[in-house]
Amino acid sequence: MCETCGCDDPTAPPRLTSFPADAGTEGRSGHEHRHEHPSAGAGAGAGAGAGARTLLLEQRVLAKNDELAGATRAWLTTRDVLAVNLMSSPGSGKTTLLERTARDLAGQWSLSVVEGDQESVRDAERIRAGGIPVVQINTGRGCHLDADMIDHALRALEPPRGSVVFVENVGNLVCPALFDLGEGARVVLTSVTEGEDKPLKYPHMFAHADLVLLTKCDLVPYLAVDVDRCIGQIHRVNPTADVLTLSALHLPGGTPGPPTETGLVAWYAWLRARRLGGDTRLRAGAAGGV
Amino acid sequence: MHELAITQSVVDAIMERAAPARVNTVRLVIGRLSGVVPESVRFCFDLVTAGTPLAGAALTIDEPTGWARCRRCGAEFVADDLLVLCGCGCADVAVDGGDDLRIASVGLVPAAETS
Repeated sequence: MCETCGCDDPTAPPRLTSFPADAGTEGRSGHEHRHEHPSAGAGAGAGAGAGARTLLLEQRVLAKNDELAGATRAWLTTRDVLAVNLMSSPGSGKTTLLERTARDLAGQWSLSVVEGDQESVRDAERIRAGGIPVVQINTGRGCHLDADMIDHALRALEPPRGSVVFVENVGNLVCPALFDLGEGARVVLTSVTEGEDKPLKYPHMFAHADLVLLTKCDLVPYLAVDVDRCIGQIHRVNPTADVLTLSALHLPGGTPGPPTETGLVAWYAWLRARRLGGDTRLRAGAAGGV
Repeated sequence: MHELAITQSVVDAIMERAAPARVNTVRLVIGRLSGVVPESVRFCFDLVTAGTPLAGAALTIDEPTGWARCRRCGAEFVADDLLVLCGCGCADVAVDGGDDLRIASVGLVPAAETS
């Protein structure tokens, strides 16, 4: 393990693999990331010049990340692209929701996906199987995506004007909360199988969500979970968050469910409103259907 | 553990601003509502600074108290975490301090000591 940043190997930066929509092409490795490791001793003892003094910095620690995220947000806005940052613990159903969303909306909207995982391209392959352009970021030991990774991923994806980019963050209810990616919406998923108290245990994640999706609701009949109580906990942490309940797969009882009966229609309506949000031009038909 | 990335950001930012001087003290401000654990940053600091001009620097962390303001009645009060209720019973409160995460200052080693 690299002592400088904790990655497996100092020469092994986060990896980015592109999967264009035309399935079948090999994923290609993309960028060289800008994370530079100072060589041992570099700069040490290199003539301090002045005498002992204190340098006042008063600089935000994440200033660089936030500046880059701001530039990404501005770029997305000028291109009328909505980027949605999906965050949750591992196994809450982010990829399943994306597969279903892609299946239901692909004919109407131009979609693309950025997948974030520590290892493997499994999620990217699932998305690509649905014909959606996807870039996989593997963070190695990293526990979250940051603005620099998204900057590179968007350069590889080149999302078309007016499209929607879903960013599936690394499954983790702690670290991703702190890093602005330049997204236009922050969506947190929590599944009914995780219990009702996740918002109280991980308040930083829920506090800045625009929308919380309570997923796997088809399983409610089999669980001792109180959905109203869970929604109450979300609003305790974030009184202004929108909350939707849905199941990306089934109706209660296990049969495959249409969007109208699984809560998915409300999710699509939320996305549609978000796409139009802040845009005073009435773009009739831009987000029609479903 | 995002504190590793946070600490790396701290070191990168300081090296950018202080180079080529060596650094012997670092003062950070990590508010109690910042979402960052000071003890974890301390743990990472020696690892991340090894082999850099910050190696061996003394790390001081100020931890300002969290403050919240009620959106309904306007009251301001101390908040130890994000799960606070105003005295009026309202849960709709805004963080109003103590969410800082910044580098306050660094001490630079005099030239005579850097031979």
